[in-house]
Amino acid sequence: MANMASIKDRKVVLGLGNILCGDEGLGVFAVHAAWDQLGDRSGLEWIDGGVMGLDLLPLVEECSHLLLLDAIDANQPAGTVIELKKNEIPLLKGIKLSEHQLTFQEVLGLASIRQALPGVLHLIGVQPAEMASKVGLSEVVKSVMPEVIARTSRVFTEWV
Amino acid sequence: MPNVYLPKITKGTPPPSTKRLVIDPLTRIEGHLRIEAVIENGTVKDAWSSSTMFRGIETILKGHDPRDAWAFTQRVCGVCTTVHSIASVRAVENALGITIPDNARLIRNLMEGAQFLQDHVMHFYHLHGLDWVDVVGSLSADPAATSNLQKSISPWPNNSTDYFASVKSKLQALVDSGQLGLFANGYWGHPAYKLPPEGNLLVTAHYLEALDWQREFIKIQAILGGKNPHPQTYLVGGMAIPLDPVSPAALNLSKIDQLRSLVQNGVAFVSQVYLPDLKLAASFYPDWTALGSGVGNFLSYGDFPNNNSGSVSAYWLPQGIVYNKNLSQSPLPLDQNRITEYIAHSWYSYSSGEASSRHPYLGETQPNYTGPQPPFDLLDVEGKYSWLKTPRYEGNSMEVGPLARMVVAYAAGMPKAVELINQFLNDLALPASALFSTLGRVAARGLETQMIAEQLEVWLKELEDHLNKGELAVHSGAKWNPNSWPADVSGWGTTEAPRGGLGHWVRILNGKIESYQMVVPTTWNGSPRDPSGIRGPFEESLIGTPVADPNRPIEILRTIHSFDPCMSCSVHLIDTAGQDLSQANSGLLISHG
Repeated sequence: MANMASIKDRKVVLGLGNILCGDEGLGVFAVHAAWDQLGDRSGLEWIDGGVMGLDLLPLVEECSHLLLLDAIDANQPAGTVIELKKNEIPLLKGIKLSEHQLTFQEVLGLASIRQALPGVLHLIGVQPAEMASKVGLSEVVKSVMPEVIARTSRVFTEWV
Repeated sequence: MPNVYLPKITKGTPPPSTKRLVIDPLTRIEGHLRIEAVIENGTVKDAWSSSTMFRGIETILKGHDPRDAWAFTQRVCGVCTTVHSIASVRAVENALGITIPDNARLIRNLMEGAQFLQDHVMHFYHLHGLDWVDVVGSLSADPAATSNLQKSISPWPNNSTDYFASVKSKLQALVDSGQLGLFANGYWGHPAYKLPPEGNLLVTAHYLEALDWQREFIKIQAILGGKNPHPQTYLVGGMAIPLDPVSPAALNLSKIDQLRSLVQNGVAFVSQVYLPDLKLAASFYPDWTALGSGVGNFLSYGDFPNNNSGSVSAYWLPQGIVYNKNLSQSPLPLDQNRITEYIAHSWYSYSSGEASSRHPYLGETQPNYTGPQPPFDLLDVEGKYSWLKTPRYEGNSMEVGPLARMVVAYAAGMPKAVELINQFLNDLALPASALFSTLGRVAARGLETQMIAEQLEVWLKELEDHLNKGELAVHSGAKWNPNSWPADVSGWGTTEAPRGGLGHWVRILNGKIESYQMVVPTTWNGSPRDPSGIRGPFEESLIGTPVADPNRPIEILRTIHSFDPCMSCSVHLIDTAGQDLSQANSGLLISHG
């Protein structure tokens, strides 16, 4: 089993979601928007993870710092921004992390079993409003994107 | 989009003599699969397969540039990215009459073949393996005996007593911590588990090894597909990856060497770990060669062209139709005009009426949800009960996937397929009829993985030869400009995805997508009944399946998982006493799609 904690040094912002299902894809839209606005930074990677599942395991295991941007169902009003730190993120079960939790939770769970979770793991999620078949975000989710980007920027300052 | 829901008994209690077993969804990106089954005297008497999630990709694509369609379709599903890309570019190329350069053919074959290895290995260990292997049962294994068992079935080097002792102690630590994690929800200790403790430990060790293997192996996709994680190099007319023997920015000879090393590692893992484990497991489950046989009709589009002629005979994996489990005559030729989809039991409406069927070129995706609002107990299976349509070939219910491909290849006399299948049957002393079963489906998946793994080296060698000869074309731009396209043109493209035949149909009107239809493998296999009441393959395969413990219906999962559905299902049970047994909603957290 891999234990790469000592050698890895990779900081990643990973957007997750299905862009064909409205707000379900907000993590992907967020990672592109934040990238556009905050720009390239040395030592930081912006990655659009889309709906990829297990293929993301190597990436997760190579990270020292991982910030996830994702749709999250926390039973809050649509547009609510939610932040979770490492120990608050349900790796295996518990609250519903997102509409695709079983893929990405499973990735985190596998990384955990393999003792290769990133040392710093953080999630910024937004409660979705509409998840119909369409490309594009609802107005309410669009309106909180600046906050998601601001929080992303703040997370970087904590990482330095 | 439906959320996770757990049915409650409020109405529609099944007849007193029966139990209705519900295999209910947990949320996944790929959608939800729900199986309802009537249990009588401990055996499945009838079953219904339902997808509870609508996918509207067809509607989204209308009006887009057909050259961009592949980038949308690869976002449909997290475990099927590359296959939707390839089916899409092939459909558009077919419509526009584009012949791709030979290098593009080879690169596509390599990417797709690598996807097969990755998907099938991960399916065996991470989705399906734990239906057969009792992880917790491995804690009573003797590491020395496990080492001997390993040495007796394979030359794989990780075979020492110390190695298995270390895996066992890691598992023991997980159990002792009370944090079984991903293994927390299995049906451990179920009497349907038949492997000895050492067999359980051996396969569980490989469950973990497979993750390390995959980490390395998917570098093939990064080399050929460009920037991870989504493949970036598909292009209508070829591939967007430069070829040059020496340029560092191109696919060069040094990268070919790197690919060869990765492929060789893939072949080694498949032949020394996956297949021996498969045979070991199969030897303890002889009953499963007589269960789960399904509809007995098989469709394979064929794939991995040997040349760019566009001819069906160019397919390395043969195309064809086999009816009624008939291995003794050549497969019938496939005519795509005979593929139609019904919606009598699907939540759609057709302008041509409820009982009509439509060819994908004339397909309509008009949602018409008539089902209950969650939470609910049972679907109205007399009416519409699924978001999947009902594809039929000449009106027949057809299985697609590894078993379909291997049955078609066997009937077509493909030498490698015949050799591998006969050898497998001989090794386990099974008749050919054993193929038509749950275990046959599992075996077919492993055997085709072996075949494809070996063939990857052949395609790689061809590509290397082209590089050495200076044949570097990888894209045909002749019909790139929409001005060169006919005003109104249609085309179709297929691929054999790991889980089965995938088809895309496109009509291009004045340079834009006018209509787009996809018929995906799980729609074939998981389809609801057609208007004449014929069951889909999932539904038919469950008939007669014994269910020892209705609270833990692992037998149903074994057969459904043997198809590798692109949707998750998890177990939920309702019995006639109205008892909510939602804690049985478990076990499939370990599925990957």
